[in-house]
Amino acid sequence: MGKNIIDILAIDDEQVILDSIVKIGRMEGLEVDTSDNGLSAIEKLNSADYRLVISDLMMPVMDGFKLLEELSLRNIPTPVIMTTGFSTFENALNSLYRGAIDFIPKPFSVEEIISILKRGLKYADIINPPENTPRPAEEITYVPCPSKYHRLGYSGWVYCAGRKSVVTGVTDLFNKTIDSIMKIELIEAGDHIAQANYALKIETENNMIHQLYSPISGKIIARNEKLLEDFSLLEKDPYFEGWIYQIEPIDFENEIKNLIPCCSDRV
Amino acid sequence: MFKKIGLKLIFVVSVTSLIIIGVYSYFNIKSQTDVLLAEVERHANQLSDAVKNGTRYDMLFNQRERIHQIINTIGKGENINDVRILNKEGEIIYSSDKEDIGKMLDKNAESCYACHAANKPLERISIKERTRIYRIHPDSSRTFGIINPIYNEESCWKSDCHAHSESAKILGVLDVTISLSEVDRQIKQSEFKELIFALISIISLGFIISIFVKKWVDKPVNEIVKGTNKVAIGELNYSIKQTGNDELGVLAQSFNNMTKKLNEMRLQLFQSEKLASIGQLAAGVAHEINNPLTGVLTYSSFLLKRTQDNPEFQEDLNVIVRETKRSREIVKSLLDFSRQSTPKKNPCDLNEIVNKAESVVLNQFKINHIDLIKDLEQGLPQIIVDANQIQQVLINFLVNAVDAIGPKGGRITIKTSETELSPKGITQIKNASCPNGHNLIDEDHRIDGLPSIKLKARYGNNIGFINLDPVYGKDNNHYGIPVHKNKTIHLECPECDVSLTDKTTKCPECGSEIYTIIIPGQGFLQGCLKINCKWQKWDFVDKGGKKKFIELSIADTGCGIAPENVNKIFDPFFSTKGQKGTGLGLSVNWGIIDNHNGSIAVISKLGEGTMFKVRLPAGQKE
Repeated sequence: MGKNIIDILAIDDEQVILDSIVKIGRMEGLEVDTSDNGLSAIEKLNSADYRLVISDLMMPVMDGFKLLEELSLRNIPTPVIMTTGFSTFENALNSLYRGAIDFIPKPFSVEEIISILKRGLKYADIINPPENTPRPAEEITYVPCPSKYHRLGYSGWVYCAGRKSVVTGVTDLFNKTIDSIMKIELIEAGDHIAQANYALKIETENNMIHQLYSPISGKIIARNEKLLEDFSLLEKDPYFEGWIYQIEPIDFENEIKNLIPCCSDRV
Repeated sequence: MFKKIGLKLIFVVSVTSLIIIGVYSYFNIKSQTDVLLAEVERHANQLSDAVKNGTRYDMLFNQRERIHQIINTIGKGENINDVRILNKEGEIIYSSDKEDIGKMLDKNAESCYACHAANKPLERISIKERTRIYRIHPDSSRTFGIINPIYNEESCWKSDCHAHSESAKILGVLDVTISLSEVDRQIKQSEFKELIFALISIISLGFIISIFVKKWVDKPVNEIVKGTNKVAIGELNYSIKQTGNDELGVLAQSFNNMTKKLNEMRLQLFQSEKLASIGQLAAGVAHEINNPLTGVLTYSSFLLKRTQDNPEFQEDLNVIVRETKRSREIVKSLLDFSRQSTPKKNPCDLNEIVNKAESVVLNQFKINHIDLIKDLEQGLPQIIVDANQIQQVLINFLVNAVDAIGPKGGRITIKTSETELSPKGITQIKNASCPNGHNLIDEDHRIDGLPSIKLKARYGNNIGFINLDPVYGKDNNHYGIPVHKNKTIHLECPECDVSLTDKTTKCPECGSEIYTIIIPGQGFLQGCLKINCKWQKWDFVDKGGKKKFIELSIADTGCGIAPENVNKIFDPFFSTKGQKGTGLGLSVNWGIIDNHNGSIAVISKLGEGTMFKVRLPAGQKE
């Protein structure tokens, strides 16, 4: 409605971070606005439209968690990527559970931040299709994850398959936010992975690298070797044939509490 | 009134001795007086009889002149006041004092009332009743008087003079009075002597008591006061010397024990506070450093992109990016350290973990010309560990070994093996109760990091607590009361005071009494009550035989660890690598192995190398 839509709003109390993000945005042809605290960010979000927010977690005046709360109270649908220098897995889990779409620990490299921002913007376009723009020829829709599954952020899912093992994978929504896959790197079977630690590396066109958190901790019993041969499995059937790891979980009961049940998406 | 114990003691002892000496003197003087008076009485009685007998014939023959003479002569004797003969009417017939002759005495006179007191004259009176002591004037010396009745007899009324009738029973009285001044003087003298004796004894008692109080009370008390003052100003390692064996000595020993405990607890607290604050500091530092690191990383990446056609710039910038990423890893390890995560344990094969860790550091071995010798025992039982954490432990050890060897090259030997150790000295007692079911485990008092067994101990008159070493067969007990070697103590439940002494059996080593503690579900633990006898028996685990352990040793031919540094190597931030290390590797290792109920031992010789030995419990699920 004639409103100018700005690509990214970066919120951080450190000027050097804001400058970096602005520079990276410029490099990628993105318009980036900045705000040095959560309160002024809310004001900006009220007065203008942004496609994506990237926010620091630990800030004076209003911290990242509070920001997420305020946004949901005010029905501002702009997706938020959380970042922090205090990059513990607890912070990652907490951010994702409270509604952030992604979490990137500081210090991040340029490649890392670009891949996460690109993903974030695509996500934003899927969830909040730009108004006043003609619908794309091929409508981007996605298959939501089955109701018995649990997800970490919007990207990884876990399903309790048997008594002693769970299966993990990536969501269709995640697939829709990345370009076509060139390479998938998995961790060896027999190894241990921990919740909210990187467990999967996907290389896509343009040399973009996407890293994914494991939604659960445990020992990898098996990995989907078929997937490594046929990347299309991931796109065709992300919730069944395109599974990634079979894991023997260590503390499923407690860790599942950090995840969002997929049934809550279908209200 | 008396502020000092010494003065109080002297006062009490003086009063007591004064009472004792007073009572003694009173009875002593009284008996002396009695003896002296008895002597005087006997003497007076004899004298009185002598006069009576001596004048008998003269009386019979009415020789009055002769009687006068005899009485006069006797009356002049030393200390003899008067010798008088009264007739029945009370008239003084004869007297050594001439002026008294012819005087009439009434019945109340001193000489008369013995017989006439009851208004009817007595005819016979005993010798006791015949004597009297009186004073002529209130200020004159005492006088002893004895009367001797002269009885009528045949010759008196048959005699020529017919002076007496036959019917009269008593004709008169011979009254002899003797001065008691000499006796009184002697008594006075004795009293004076007793007084002097009392004074001297009290003074010397006070003197002796004050000397010993000074030696036995004042000095040790001053020492203890000095000690408490030292402790009050924070000198917790102060201990009182020359304690002795008396109550104050025991107090001093308890005091030393207390300060020792305080000191240990302060150190423990200090250590945990230090670790906690280091953790907070690390987290804070990590947080603060990550922001500038982001700047460095992103800006150097920009430069990389902008200088794609300048290979020289590219090379330098790549170094910046690489080093920044390394800093990122260091900061990450700091954060990992500050976060005390619980291990996620699964059954694992240690040899597999060794191989994986090796692949991580293989490159470093090549660069530093290090030969790796792996001596891995095949068919090791699985261990329940967090494989990632154990791998991190191994990598930390290997990186340390590489650094210790340096660029000149050397050898690293990794060895895995299975050992069996008897449960004694390694099995932890995790539950213990008294016969009434009270829990004896004391989570707050730890011995070598493990919760101890708290018992109430009686030793002599002392009641206190002792904390038994929770490791079966180890004897690192903490005594809350002073105890002596070769003595037995008595143990009770701290909650219900039930005795833990087992009367049915004796210690097979020294024959002393033993205690029995119930280990719920695992039989019971017996031990000797003699202080320095280490005998313990826990049938339940003894029957289980030896426990299996997996041992992992990493030995290098590096520079070794200086002896003064050996006990510091597990402290966080202790590093000899200067800028190369964070000083966290080994402390992280310690934490991880400790979390796995394992142990780390280190053997090192300067210039020859170091060996770390890790021991982990094998395949036993709790």
